[in-house]
Amino acid sequence: MAAVYMSANRSENAFSTVDLVPEWAQEEVSTGTTIMAVEFEGGVVIGADSRTTTGAYIANRVTDKLTPIHDRIFCCRSGSAADTQAVADIVTYQLGFHSIELDEPPLVQTAANLFKQTCYRYREELMAGIIVAGWDKRRGGQVYTVPMGGMIVRQPVSVGGSGSSYIYGFMDSNYKPGMTKEECLHFCTQALALAMERDGSSGGVARLAAITEEGLERRVVLGNQLPKFSNA
Amino acid sequence: MTTSTRQPRIKILINSGMALSNVLEIPTGFNFENVARNVALEALLEGGQTKTPKPMKTGTTIAGLVCKEGVVLGADTRATSGEVVADKMCAKIHYISPNIYCCGAGTAADTEKTTDLLSSNLTIFSMNSGRNPRVVMAVNILQDMLFRYRGQIGASLILGGVDCNGNHLYTVGPYGSIDNVPYLAMGSGDLAALGILEDRFKPNMEMEEAKELVRDAIHSGIMSDLGSGNNIDICVISKQGVDYIRPYQESEYKDKRQKRYKYGPGTTSILTEKIVPLELEVVQETVQRMDTA
Repeated sequence: MAAVYMSANRSENAFSTVDLVPEWAQEEVSTGTTIMAVEFEGGVVIGADSRTTTGAYIANRVTDKLTPIHDRIFCCRSGSAADTQAVADIVTYQLGFHSIELDEPPLVQTAANLFKQTCYRYREELMAGIIVAGWDKRRGGQVYTVPMGGMIVRQPVSVGGSGSSYIYGFMDSNYKPGMTKEECLHFCTQALALAMERDGSSGGVARLAAITEEGLERRVVLGNQLPKFSNA
Repeated sequence: MTTSTRQPRIKILINSGMALSNVLEIPTGFNFENVARNVALEALLEGGQTKTPKPMKTGTTIAGLVCKEGVVLGADTRATSGEVVADKMCAKIHYISPNIYCCGAGTAADTEKTTDLLSSNLTIFSMNSGRNPRVVMAVNILQDMLFRYRGQIGASLILGGVDCNGNHLYTVGPYGSIDNVPYLAMGSGDLAALGILEDRFKPNMEMEEAKELVRDAIHSGIMSDLGSGNNIDICVISKQGVDYIRPYQESEYKDKRQKRYKYGPGTTSILTEKIVPLELEVVQETVQRMDTA
Protein backbone atom coordinates (compact mmCIF):
# COMPACT_ATOMS: atom_id res chain seq x y z
CA MET A 1 0.00 0.00 0.00
CA ALA A 2 2.00 2.95 -1.20
CA ALA A 3 1.46 6.14 0.77
CA VAL A 4 0.94 8.88 -1.76
CA TYR A 5 0.83 12.27 -0.13
CA MET A 6 0.61 15.71 -1.64
CA SER A 7 1.76 18.79 0.16
CA ALA A 8 -0.54 21.62 -0.83
CA ASN A 9 1.81 24.55 -0.59
CA ARG A 10 5.09 23.51 -2.12
CA SER A 11 7.82 26.08 -1.85
CA GLU A 12 8.22 28.29 -4.85
CA ASN A 13 11.77 27.43 -5.80
CA ALA A 14 11.89 24.55 -8.25
CA PHE A 15 14.94 22.35 -7.97
CA SER A 16 16.57 22.25 -11.34
CA THR A 17 17.28 19.07 -13.19
CA VAL A 18 20.99 19.82 -13.40
CA ASP A 19 22.64 16.91 -11.76
CA LEU A 20 26.03 17.47 -10.21
CA VAL A 21 27.03 13.86 -10.74
CA PRO A 22 28.21 13.51 -14.35
CA GLU A 23 26.41 11.00 -16.51
CA TRP A 24 29.36 8.74 -17.01
CA ALA A 25 29.57 8.24 -13.25
CA GLN A 26 26.03 6.90 -13.20
CA GLU A 27 26.74 4.18 -15.73
CA GLU A 28 27.71 0.73 -14.77
CA VAL A 29 31.36 -0.20 -14.65
CA SER A 30 32.12 -2.35 -17.68
CA THR A 31 35.20 -4.24 -18.73
CA GLY A 32 34.76 -3.36 -22.43
CA THR A 33 37.77 -5.36 -23.23
CA THR A 34 39.95 -7.75 -25.18
CA ILE A 35 40.56 -11.22 -23.75
CA MET A 36 42.00 -14.32 -25.35
CA ALA A 37 43.27 -17.80 -24.62
CA VAL A 38 45.35 -20.30 -26.62
CA GLU A 39 45.99 -23.99 -26.06
CA PHE A 40 49.42 -25.52 -26.56
CA GLU A 41 51.01 -28.85 -25.82
CA GLY A 42 51.26 -28.96 -22.04
CA GLY A 43 49.17 -25.95 -21.08
CA VAL A 44 47.44 -22.74 -22.04
CA VAL A 45 48.37 -19.10 -22.49
CA ILE A 46 45.82 -16.45 -21.55
CA GLY A 47 45.90 -12.72 -22.08
CA ALA A 48 43.86 -9.60 -21.45
CA ASP A 49 44.11 -5.82 -21.62
CA SER A 50 43.77 -3.75 -18.44
CA ARG A 51 41.08 -1.12 -19.04
CA THR A 52 37.84 -0.80 -17.02
CA THR A 53 35.44 1.92 -18.13
CA THR A 54 32.35 3.66 -16.75
CA GLY A 55 30.90 5.19 -19.90
CA ALA A 56 33.74 7.21 -21.39
CA TYR A 57 35.82 7.41 -18.21
CA ILE A 58 38.53 4.87 -17.48
CA ALA A 59 37.83 3.82 -13.92
CA ASN A 60 40.86 1.57 -13.62
CA ARG A 61 43.71 1.51 -16.13
CA VAL A 62 45.61 -1.35 -14.51
CA THR A 63 42.83 -3.92 -14.02
CA ASP A 64 43.65 -7.58 -13.69
CA LYS A 65 41.05 -9.44 -15.73
CA LEU A 66 42.79 -12.81 -15.41
CA THR A 67 41.16 -14.22 -12.30
CA PRO A 68 42.32 -17.46 -10.66
CA ILE A 69 39.52 -19.95 -10.06
CA HIS A 70 41.75 -22.74 -8.86
CA ASP A 71 45.48 -23.56 -8.78
CA ARG A 72 45.67 -24.39 -12.49
CA ILE A 73 42.42 -22.88 -13.79
CA PHE A 74 41.90 -19.23 -14.70
CA CYS A 75 39.09 -17.23 -16.20
CA CYS A 76 39.25 -14.13 -18.39
CA ARG A 77 36.43 -11.69 -17.63
CA SER A 78 34.60 -9.40 -20.04
CA GLY A 79 31.31 -7.55 -19.71
CA SER A 80 30.03 -5.96 -16.53
CA ALA A 81 32.74 -5.76 -13.87
CA ALA A 82 30.32 -6.35 -10.99
CA ASP A 83 28.60 -9.31 -12.67
CA THR A 84 31.82 -11.07 -13.68
CA GLN A 85 33.43 -10.56 -10.27
CA ALA A 86 30.34 -11.98 -8.58
CA VAL A 87 30.10 -15.00 -10.93
CA ALA A 88 33.82 -15.70 -10.57
CA ASP A 89 33.48 -15.62 -6.77
CA ILE A 90 30.53 -18.04 -6.93
CA VAL A 91 32.37 -20.49 -9.21
CA THR A 92 35.56 -20.26 -7.11
CA TYR A 93 33.58 -21.33 -4.07
CA GLN A 94 31.74 -24.13 -5.86
CA LEU A 95 34.89 -25.47 -7.52
CA GLY A 96 36.89 -25.29 -4.28
CA PHE A 97 34.21 -27.27 -2.47
CA HIS A 98 34.02 -29.81 -5.30
CA SER A 99 37.79 -30.24 -5.35
CA ILE A 100 37.91 -30.87 -1.59
CA GLU A 101 35.14 -33.47 -1.92
CA LEU A 102 36.99 -35.25 -4.72
CA ASP A 103 40.35 -34.85 -2.98
CA GLU A 104 42.01 -34.12 -6.33
CA PRO A 105 42.50 -31.09 -8.59
CA PRO A 106 39.30 -30.26 -10.53
CA LEU A 107 38.91 -30.55 -14.31
CA VAL A 108 38.83 -27.46 -16.51
CA GLN A 109 35.65 -28.83 -18.08
CA THR A 110 34.01 -28.83 -14.62
CA ALA A 111 34.94 -25.20 -14.03
CA ALA A 112 33.66 -24.22 -17.46
CA ASN A 113 30.37 -26.00 -16.88
CA LEU A 114 29.93 -24.30 -13.50
CA PHE A 115 30.33 -20.96 -15.26
CA LYS A 116 27.86 -22.04 -17.90
CA GLN A 117 25.25 -23.07 -15.33
CA THR A 118 25.35 -19.70 -13.58
CA CYS A 119 25.55 -17.66 -16.79
CA TYR A 120 22.68 -19.58 -18.44
CA ARG A 121 20.35 -19.62 -15.45
CA TYR A 122 20.69 -15.88 -14.86
CA ARG A 123 21.17 -14.95 -18.51
CA GLU A 124 18.56 -12.15 -18.37
CA GLU A 125 20.17 -10.43 -15.40
CA LEU A 126 23.85 -10.93 -16.16
CA MET A 127 26.14 -9.34 -18.71
CA ALA A 128 29.19 -11.59 -18.66
CA GLY A 129 31.37 -13.07 -21.39
CA ILE A 130 33.97 -15.41 -19.92
CA ILE A 131 36.82 -17.54 -21.26
CA VAL A 132 37.82 -20.40 -18.95
CA ALA A 133 41.29 -21.85 -19.49
CA GLY A 134 43.62 -24.11 -17.55
CA TRP A 135 45.48 -27.37 -17.28
CA ASP A 136 44.36 -30.66 -15.81
CA LYS A 137 45.83 -34.14 -15.77
CA ARG A 138 43.14 -35.79 -17.92
CA ARG A 139 43.13 -33.60 -21.01
CA GLY A 140 46.08 -31.22 -20.59
CA GLY A 141 45.62 -27.60 -21.62
CA GLN A 142 42.05 -26.64 -22.53
CA VAL A 143 40.20 -23.45 -23.48
CA TYR A 144 36.42 -23.18 -23.09
CA THR A 145 34.49 -20.09 -24.06
CA VAL A 146 31.26 -19.14 -22.26
CA PRO A 147 29.89 -16.06 -24.06
CA MET A 148 26.85 -13.99 -23.05
CA GLY A 149 23.75 -16.14 -22.97
CA GLY A 150 25.46 -19.15 -21.47
CA MET A 151 26.76 -21.27 -24.35
CA ILE A 152 29.81 -23.44 -23.79
CA VAL A 153 32.20 -24.64 -26.47
CA ARG A 154 35.78 -25.86 -26.39
CA GLN A 155 38.12 -24.17 -28.85
CA PRO A 156 41.90 -24.36 -29.37
CA VAL A 157 42.05 -20.57 -29.52
CA SER A 158 39.40 -18.08 -28.43
CA VAL A 159 39.05 -14.30 -28.27
CA GLY A 160 36.39 -12.28 -26.47
CA GLY A 161 35.29 -8.82 -25.49
CA SER A 162 34.60 -5.71 -27.50
CA GLY A 163 38.13 -5.66 -28.98
CA SER A 164 37.89 -9.19 -30.28
CA SER A 165 36.06 -8.09 -33.43
CA TYR A 166 39.25 -6.46 -34.69
CA ILE A 167 41.49 -9.49 -34.35
CA TYR A 168 39.46 -12.40 -35.73
CA GLY A 169 41.33 -12.07 -39.02
CA PHE A 170 44.71 -11.96 -37.31
CA MET A 171 43.77 -14.93 -35.14
CA ASP A 172 42.54 -17.06 -38.06
CA SER A 173 45.56 -16.39 -40.22
CA ASN A 174 48.29 -16.56 -37.57
CA TYR A 175 47.22 -19.38 -35.29
CA LYS A 176 48.88 -22.68 -36.05
CA PRO A 177 48.34 -25.86 -34.03
CA GLY A 178 51.47 -27.17 -32.33
CA MET A 179 53.01 -23.86 -31.22
CA THR A 180 55.34 -23.73 -28.24
CA LYS A 181 54.70 -21.72 -25.09
CA GLU A 182 56.92 -18.83 -26.20
CA GLU A 183 55.28 -18.74 -29.63
CA CYS A 184 51.85 -18.63 -27.98
CA LEU A 185 52.92 -15.78 -25.69
CA HIS A 186 54.23 -13.85 -28.68
CA PHE A 187 51.02 -14.54 -30.62
CA CYS A 188 48.89 -13.28 -27.72
CA THR A 189 50.97 -10.15 -27.23
CA GLN A 190 50.62 -9.23 -30.88
CA ALA A 191 46.89 -9.91 -30.96
CA LEU A 192 46.27 -7.85 -27.81
CA ALA A 193 48.40 -5.00 -29.14
CA LEU A 194 46.39 -4.90 -32.38
CA ALA A 195 43.07 -4.95 -30.55
CA MET A 196 44.13 -2.31 -28.02
CA GLU A 197 45.23 -0.09 -30.90
CA ARG A 198 41.84 -0.21 -32.61
CA ASP A 199 39.31 -0.62 -29.80
CA GLY A 200 38.58 2.43 -27.62
CA SER A 201 37.41 0.29 -24.73
CA SER A 202 40.66 -1.71 -24.59
CA GLY A 203 44.02 -0.39 -23.55
CA GLY A 204 46.53 0.05 -20.77
CA VAL A 205 48.95 -2.81 -20.27
CA ALA A 206 48.78 -6.33 -21.67
CA ARG A 207 48.57 -9.00 -18.97
CA LEU A 208 49.59 -12.54 -19.93
CA ALA A 209 49.77 -15.80 -18.04
CA ALA A 210 51.02 -19.26 -18.98
CA ILE A 211 49.49 -22.20 -17.09
CA THR A 212 51.23 -25.58 -17.19
CA GLU A 213 51.54 -28.64 -15.00
CA GLU A 214 54.55 -27.10 -13.23
CA GLY A 215 52.77 -23.91 -12.34
CA LEU A 216 51.91 -20.41 -13.33
CA GLU A 217 53.96 -17.72 -15.06
CA ARG A 218 52.55 -14.20 -15.22
CA ARG A 219 53.83 -11.40 -17.44
CA VAL A 220 53.00 -7.76 -17.92
CA VAL A 221 53.81 -5.91 -21.14
CA LEU A 222 53.68 -2.17 -20.50
CA GLY A 223 51.96 0.14 -22.96
CA ASN A 224 55.13 1.52 -24.48
CA GLN A 225 56.66 -1.95 -24.86
CA LEU A 226 53.81 -3.34 -26.94
CA PRO A 227 54.70 -4.26 -30.53
CA LYS A 228 53.96 -1.49 -33.02
CA PHE A 229 52.41 -2.34 -36.36
CA SER A 230 52.23 1.00 -38.10
CA ASN A 231 54.28 4.14 -38.20
CA ALA A 232 51.29 6.38 -37.59
CA MET B 1 15.85 15.11 0.94
CA THR B 2 13.55 12.20 0.39
CA THR B 3 12.91 9.86 3.26
CA SER B 4 11.42 6.46 2.67
CA THR B 5 8.95 5.01 5.17
CA ARG B 6 8.67 1.25 5.18
CA GLN B 7 5.26 0.13 6.29
CA PRO B 8 5.48 -2.92 8.53
CA ARG B 9 3.33 -5.74 7.29
CA ILE B 10 1.43 -8.02 9.64
CA LYS B 11 1.21 -11.69 8.97
CA ILE B 12 -2.50 -12.57 9.17
CA LEU B 13 -3.60 -16.14 8.89
CA ILE B 14 -7.34 -16.67 8.62
CA ASN B 15 -7.94 -20.31 9.43
CA SER B 16 -11.35 -21.25 8.15
CA GLY B 17 -13.03 -24.25 6.61
CA MET B 18 -12.54 -22.71 3.19
CA ALA B 19 -9.01 -22.58 1.89
CA LEU B 20 -8.93 -18.81 1.39
CA SER B 21 -6.21 -17.58 3.69
CA ASN B 22 -5.17 -13.97 3.55
CA VAL B 23 -1.48 -14.11 4.15
CA LEU B 24 0.40 -10.84 3.98
CA GLU B 25 4.00 -11.83 4.21
CA ILE B 26 6.91 -9.65 5.09
CA PRO B 27 8.46 -9.04 1.69
CA THR B 28 12.07 -9.99 1.20
CA GLY B 29 14.50 -8.22 -1.06
CA PHE B 30 14.45 -4.60 -2.13
CA ASN B 31 11.23 -2.68 -1.58
CA PHE B 32 10.36 -0.81 -4.76
CA GLU B 33 7.18 0.81 -3.39
CA ASN B 34 8.74 4.21 -3.09
CA VAL B 35 9.99 4.06 -6.67
CA ALA B 36 6.38 3.60 -7.80
CA ARG B 37 5.29 6.40 -5.49
CA ASN B 38 7.95 8.75 -6.84
CA VAL B 39 6.95 8.02 -10.43
CA ALA B 40 3.30 8.72 -9.59
CA LEU B 41 4.27 11.95 -7.80
CA GLU B 42 6.43 13.03 -10.68
CA ALA B 43 3.53 12.46 -13.10
CA LEU B 44 1.19 14.48 -10.88
CA LEU B 45 3.57 17.42 -10.56
CA GLU B 46 4.97 17.26 -14.06
CA GLY B 47 2.22 19.46 -15.47
CA GLY B 48 2.51 21.76 -12.43
CA GLN B 49 5.04 24.36 -11.44
CA THR B 50 7.39 22.35 -9.29
CA LYS B 51 9.35 19.13 -9.49
CA THR B 52 9.99 16.61 -6.75
CA PRO B 53 13.08 17.56 -4.74
CA LYS B 54 16.22 15.68 -5.70
CA PRO B 55 17.72 13.38 -3.10
CA MET B 56 20.70 14.84 -1.31
CA LYS B 57 23.83 13.80 -3.19
CA THR B 58 27.32 14.40 -2.00
CA GLY B 59 28.48 15.80 -5.36
CA THR B 60 31.92 15.45 -4.07
CA THR B 61 35.65 14.96 -4.30
CA ILE B 62 37.17 12.12 -2.34
CA ALA B 63 40.64 10.69 -2.71
CA GLY B 64 42.90 8.15 -1.10
CA LEU B 65 46.43 6.87 -1.42
CA VAL B 66 48.66 4.23 0.06
CA CYS B 67 51.95 5.48 1.48
CA LYS B 68 54.84 3.84 3.27
CA GLU B 69 53.43 3.97 6.80
CA GLY B 70 49.73 3.66 6.07
CA VAL B 71 46.80 5.03 4.14
CA VAL B 72 45.74 8.67 3.70
CA LEU B 73 42.10 9.48 2.88
CA GLY B 74 40.80 12.92 2.01
CA ALA B 75 37.41 14.49 1.27
CA ASP B 76 35.72 17.84 0.79
CA THR B 77 32.76 18.77 3.02
CA ARG B 78 30.02 20.00 0.71
CA ALA B 79 26.68 18.19 0.37
CA THR B 80 24.28 19.42 -2.32
CA SER B 81 20.56 19.00 -2.93
CA GLY B 82 20.08 20.00 -6.54
CA GLU B 83 21.83 23.35 -6.80
CA VAL B 84 21.65 24.30 -3.13
CA VAL B 85 24.41 23.50 -0.68
CA ALA B 86 22.55 21.46 1.91
CA ASP B 87 25.44 20.94 4.32
CA LYS B 88 28.67 22.96 4.46
CA MET B 89 30.38 20.76 6.99
CA CYS B 90 29.34 17.28 5.91
CA ALA B 91 31.49 14.41 7.19
CA LYS B 92 32.25 12.15 4.25
CA ILE B 93 34.94 10.05 5.88
CA HIS B 94 33.02 7.42 7.84
CA TYR B 95 34.29 5.23 10.65
CA ILE B 96 34.12 1.53 9.90
CA SER B 97 36.43 0.06 12.52
CA PRO B 98 39.46 1.30 14.50
CA ASN B 99 41.71 0.44 11.56
CA ILE B 100 39.40 1.03 8.59
CA TYR B 101 37.78 4.23 7.34
CA CYS B 102 35.59 4.79 4.30
CA CYS B 103 34.95 7.84 2.08
CA GLY B 104 31.57 7.92 0.39
CA ALA B 105 30.35 9.59 -2.80
CA GLY B 106 26.90 9.37 -4.37
CA THR B 107 23.58 9.62 -2.54
CA ALA B 108 24.28 10.87 0.99
CA ALA B 109 21.70 8.64 2.68
CA ASP B 110 22.95 5.52 0.89
CA THR B 111 26.61 6.05 1.79
CA GLU B 112 25.70 6.91 5.39
CA LYS B 113 23.52 3.85 5.96
CA THR B 114 25.72 1.42 4.06
CA THR B 115 28.79 2.39 6.05
CA ASP B 116 26.82 2.28 9.32
CA LEU B 117 25.61 -1.23 8.49
CA LEU B 118 29.12 -2.33 7.62
CA SER B 119 30.51 -0.80 10.80
CA SER B 120 27.93 -2.60 12.96
CA ASN B 121 28.60 -5.95 11.30
CA LEU B 122 32.34 -5.58 11.76
CA THR B 123 31.95 -4.56 15.41
CA ILE B 124 29.99 -7.76 16.06
CA PHE B 125 32.67 -9.73 14.27
CA SER B 126 35.40 -8.05 16.33
CA MET B 127 33.63 -8.94 19.54
CA ASN B 128 33.11 -12.54 18.46
CA SER B 129 36.65 -13.14 17.27
CA GLY B 130 38.61 -10.73 19.45
CA ARG B 131 40.57 -9.19 16.58
CA ASN B 132 40.42 -6.17 14.33
CA PRO B 133 38.72 -6.85 11.01
CA ARG B 134 40.73 -7.02 7.81
CA VAL B 135 40.11 -4.62 4.95
CA VAL B 136 39.28 -7.46 2.52
CA MET B 137 36.47 -8.55 4.83
CA ALA B 138 34.92 -5.09 4.78
CA VAL B 139 35.29 -4.98 1.01
CA ASN B 140 33.66 -8.37 0.52
CA ILE B 141 30.68 -7.50 2.74
CA LEU B 142 30.15 -4.26 0.81
CA GLN B 143 30.46 -6.00 -2.52
CA ASP B 144 27.93 -8.68 -1.53
CA MET B 145 25.38 -6.12 -0.41
CA LEU B 146 25.73 -3.69 -3.31
CA PHE B 147 25.62 -6.47 -5.91
CA ARG B 148 22.47 -7.88 -4.33
CA TYR B 149 20.73 -4.50 -4.68
CA ARG B 150 21.68 -4.28 -8.35
CA GLY B 151 22.83 -0.66 -8.37
CA GLN B 152 19.74 0.75 -6.62
CA ILE B 153 21.96 1.82 -3.72
CA GLY B 154 23.88 4.78 -5.15
CA ALA B 155 27.05 4.50 -3.11
CA SER B 156 30.57 4.79 -4.55
CA LEU B 157 32.96 4.13 -1.72
CA ILE B 158 36.69 4.35 -1.14
CA LEU B 159 37.79 2.00 1.63
CA GLY B 160 41.19 2.41 3.21
CA GLY B 161 42.74 0.63 6.15
CA VAL B 162 45.73 -0.97 7.78
CA ASP B 163 45.67 -4.57 8.97
CA CYS B 164 48.05 -7.46 9.57
CA ASN B 165 48.49 -7.90 5.81
CA GLY B 166 49.61 -4.35 5.14
CA ASN B 167 48.10 -1.09 3.89
CA HIS B 168 45.12 -1.40 1.57
CA LEU B 169 43.00 0.90 -0.58
CA TYR B 170 39.89 -0.37 -2.36
CA THR B 171 37.09 1.20 -4.34
CA VAL B 172 33.58 -0.29 -4.41
CA GLY B 173 31.19 0.81 -7.14
CA PRO B 174 27.39 1.08 -6.82
CA TYR B 175 26.86 -2.12 -8.82
CA GLY B 176 29.25 -4.09 -6.66
CA SER B 177 32.53 -4.05 -8.58
CA ILE B 178 35.77 -3.66 -6.66
CA ASP B 179 39.24 -2.45 -7.61
CA ASN B 180 42.39 -2.62 -5.53
CA VAL B 181 44.68 0.29 -6.44
CA PRO B 182 47.46 2.35 -4.80
CA TYR B 183 45.72 5.72 -5.34
CA LEU B 184 42.20 6.75 -6.15
CA ALA B 185 39.76 9.60 -6.55
CA MET B 186 35.95 9.43 -6.78
CA GLY B 187 32.95 11.73 -6.97
CA SER B 188 32.08 14.55 -9.34
CA GLY B 189 35.47 16.20 -8.82
CA ASP B 190 37.48 13.07 -9.41
CA LEU B 191 38.85 14.01 -12.81
CA ALA B 192 40.50 17.12 -11.39
CA ALA B 193 41.82 15.28 -8.32
CA LEU B 194 43.09 12.37 -10.38
CA GLY B 195 45.14 14.73 -12.52
CA ILE B 196 47.08 15.86 -9.46
CA LEU B 197 47.47 12.30 -8.19
CA GLU B 198 48.66 10.93 -11.54
CA ASP B 199 51.26 13.66 -11.74
CA ARG B 200 52.81 13.43 -8.28
CA PHE B 201 52.10 9.96 -6.91
CA LYS B 202 55.10 7.77 -6.14
CA PRO B 203 55.03 4.39 -4.40
CA ASN B 204 56.14 4.38 -0.73
CA MET B 205 55.80 8.10 -0.09
CA GLU B 206 56.55 9.72 3.26
CA MET B 207 53.57 10.57 5.44
CA GLU B 208 53.86 14.38 5.24
CA GLU B 209 54.31 14.35 1.50
CA ALA B 210 51.32 12.01 1.15
CA LYS B 211 49.08 14.30 3.23
CA GLU B 212 50.08 17.30 1.14
CA LEU B 213 49.39 15.40 -2.09
CA VAL B 214 45.91 14.35 -0.95
CA ARG B 215 45.19 17.90 0.19
CA ASP B 216 46.26 19.26 -3.19
CA ALA B 217 44.13 16.69 -5.00
CA ILE B 218 41.00 17.58 -3.01
CA HIS B 219 41.77 21.27 -3.39
CA SER B 220 41.92 20.87 -7.16
CA GLY B 221 38.56 19.08 -7.05
CA ILE B 222 37.08 21.93 -5.01
CA MET B 223 38.40 24.56 -7.40
CA SER B 224 37.29 22.83 -10.59
CA ASP B 225 33.97 21.27 -9.59
CA LEU B 226 30.77 22.98 -8.53
CA GLY B 227 29.62 20.03 -6.46
CA SER B 228 32.68 20.12 -4.19
CA GLY B 229 33.71 22.84 -1.83
CA ASN B 230 34.13 24.24 1.65
CA ASN B 231 36.64 22.54 3.91
CA ILE B 232 39.04 19.63 3.43
CA ASP B 233 39.05 16.65 5.82
CA ILE B 234 42.03 14.32 6.01
CA CYS B 235 42.18 10.94 7.72
CA VAL B 236 45.53 9.25 8.25
CA ILE B 237 45.47 5.56 9.16
CA SER B 238 48.64 3.83 10.27
CA LYS B 239 49.70 0.93 12.48
CA GLN B 240 50.02 3.29 15.44
CA GLY B 241 46.49 4.58 15.08
CA VAL B 242 44.20 6.97 13.29
CA ASP B 243 44.53 10.73 12.95
CA TYR B 244 41.20 12.17 11.79
CA ILE B 245 41.92 15.82 11.07
CA ARG B 246 38.64 17.64 10.59
CA PRO B 247 39.08 20.17 9.12
CA TYR B 248 42.59 19.83 7.77
CA GLN B 249 42.13 23.06 5.94
CA GLU B 250 39.30 25.56 6.13
CA SER B 251 37.85 27.22 3.08
CA GLU B 252 39.34 30.62 2.22
CA TYR B 253 35.91 31.84 1.21
CA LYS B 254 34.26 31.61 4.63
CA ASP B 255 31.83 34.42 5.29
CA LYS B 256 31.69 36.29 8.62
CA ARG B 257 28.30 36.27 10.36
CA GLN B 258 26.99 39.83 10.57
CA LYS B 259 25.29 39.39 13.95
CA ARG B 260 24.36 36.74 16.53
CA TYR B 261 21.17 34.89 15.69
CA LYS B 262 20.49 33.54 19.18
CA TYR B 263 17.64 35.27 21.00
CA GLY B 264 17.58 35.08 24.78
CA PRO B 265 14.38 34.62 26.82
CA GLY B 266 12.50 37.90 27.14
CA THR B 267 13.08 39.05 23.56
CA THR B 268 9.42 38.45 22.80
CA SER B 269 7.14 40.07 25.42
CA ILE B 270 4.53 37.82 27.00
CA LEU B 271 1.06 39.40 26.94
CA THR B 272 -1.11 36.80 28.70
CA GLU B 273 -0.43 33.57 30.59
CA LYS B 274 -2.93 30.78 31.27
CA ILE B 275 -2.02 27.68 33.30
CA VAL B 276 -4.20 24.57 33.03
CA PRO B 277 -3.35 21.86 35.58
CA LEU B 278 -3.50 18.29 34.23
CA GLU B 279 -5.49 16.05 36.56
CA LEU B 280 -4.07 12.55 36.56
CA GLU B 281 -5.60 9.62 38.40
CA VAL B 282 -3.55 6.52 39.28
CA VAL B 283 -5.52 3.61 37.75
CA GLN B 284 -3.08 0.74 38.08
CA GLU B 285 0.35 0.21 39.60
CA THR B 286 2.49 -2.80 38.78
CA VAL B 287 5.97 -3.63 40.02
CA GLN B 288 8.26 -5.73 37.84
CA ARG B 289 11.37 -7.09 39.47
CA MET B 290 14.52 -6.70 37.43
CA ASP B 291 17.11 -9.37 37.74
CA THR B 292 20.38 -7.50 37.65
CA ALA B 293 22.53 -10.32 38.95
